[in-house]
Amino acid sequence: MKTLTILKYQWKDLFRGKWVIGYGFIYLLIADAMIRFGGTGPKAILSISNIMLLLIPLVGMIYGALYLYQSREFTELLLAQPLNRTTLFWGLFGGLAFPLALAFTIGIGLPLVYTGMIVTTSINSILLILLLGNLLTLLFTGLGFWLGLKFFEDRIKGLGFALVSWLFLAVIYDGLVLLAIFLLGDYPIEEPMLAMAMLNPIDLARITVLLEFDISALMGYTGAVFNRFFGSMLGVGVAGACLMLWLAIPLWRGNRLFLKKDF
Amino acid sequence: MISIKGLRKKFGPLTVLDNIDLEIPSGQATGIVGPNGSGKTTVIKTLLGLVKPNAGDIFIDGESIQDQWDYRGKIGYMPQIARYPENMTVDELFKFIREVRNARKTNEKELIRHFGLESELQKRMRTLSGGTRQKVGAVLAMMFEPEILIFDEPTAGLDPHSSVQFKRLVHSEKKEGKTILLTTHIMSEIEELADYLIFIVEGKIRYHGPMRELIEKQKEQRLEGAVAKMMEEEAA
Repeated sequence: MKTLTILKYQWKDLFRGKWVIGYGFIYLLIADAMIRFGGTGPKAILSISNIMLLLIPLVGMIYGALYLYQSREFTELLLAQPLNRTTLFWGLFGGLAFPLALAFTIGIGLPLVYTGMIVTTSINSILLILLLGNLLTLLFTGLGFWLGLKFFEDRIKGLGFALVSWLFLAVIYDGLVLLAIFLLGDYPIEEPMLAMAMLNPIDLARITVLLEFDISALMGYTGAVFNRFFGSMLGVGVAGACLMLWLAIPLWRGNRLFLKKDF
Repeated sequence: MISIKGLRKKFGPLTVLDNIDLEIPSGQATGIVGPNGSGKTTVIKTLLGLVKPNAGDIFIDGESIQDQWDYRGKIGYMPQIARYPENMTVDELFKFIREVRNARKTNEKELIRHFGLESELQKRMRTLSGGTRQKVGAVLAMMFEPEILIFDEPTAGLDPHSSVQFKRLVHSEKKEGKTILLTTHIMSEIEELADYLIFIVEGKIRYHGPMRELIEKQKEQRLEGAVAKMMEEEAA
């Protein structure tokens, strides 16, 4: 009940800042451009998902940490009120993560509707992309929250770690996987590769997308291994379960930090 | 009745509160004094659950506050540095806290009138001056008529006129039998408002008792002299 009151005021505040609206608009522009140039086929969806896999983690983590720093006054004010800290934590998280997810959904969804792709393309693919985008938004906002709480007094450090984590997960990690394959190609490394894919939420999401579209050429090494090991349905299930863990653990740790924090 | 038992708090290597035992009587005004950085604000923040102690506990009306939050409904708090969500207007802020507290009846209107805040209600918090923010904080602390009122250096940013108005308000709250806890560096204020005195130095309690007794004990006319004497003894 009180969480709702908190959410209401934060949403009002967030939309007043217009930041979130701009964020949604970026997705609208990207989706529109991709559909214009790529046609209304699965290719457009794939292009959109590639951009989404880069942009959502970046914005989620940076803004997650930044938001905690920005709402410090709000937090301190509410902590002196008869309010449970856990309620406040979920209020803060929901206050940011839901508007971000909504901006993404509307930004991507609108072009899909007005170009008619929602009818011409398989609805499963579209739903999967939207679901993954929302999941990634919650996941990376949670990671950003955890980083923000871990370095609550040192903003530069918190934001720095968020940026480096993004760079690592989105860019460097793939390079490391390739390097490992190049160096250890003569050994049976399929299973370790599988484990490596599960350690990176962006990889997990990418594999899920590729499994859905069944494009082995684009699937990359980990994706191919994944496909061979689990097949499509089971693969999506395992990847989904791993993503859920990735969502739950940072939030759980973040909540623990928040409960113990001195303000 | 607020009782603090064996309270300890460390910030890194720094011991801020060192085994504090206190009884703060109900229906009385208690003033906390001490040099800068002696732990006054930390005591208050621990009482509010903003700071988690390393050891010890606090009991309000016999109930431990550890991991509790309901008890804060009995407390009105006016912080030393008043920081509020920058984008909210004063009116929105009051309404928001009212909703969070689930309060139906408040004396918000009278307090707004008392501090002359009517013309500020539609302004955003970030545009307000420090003194006006303090007044907003005072209204927030008192509008729900809580049993316990905590003021952390309440008059530090107020002009003389507002300061007098504030003190008048505290007097009337005291008459209504509220428990009042305040910290300040202005001794005349404590003399004017408080019955009990707590003197903290480096996280330890140096004096705790009725204010009159201290003044008599130190053979001084005014509290200022008595406290100054005590600080000198401390330094020696």
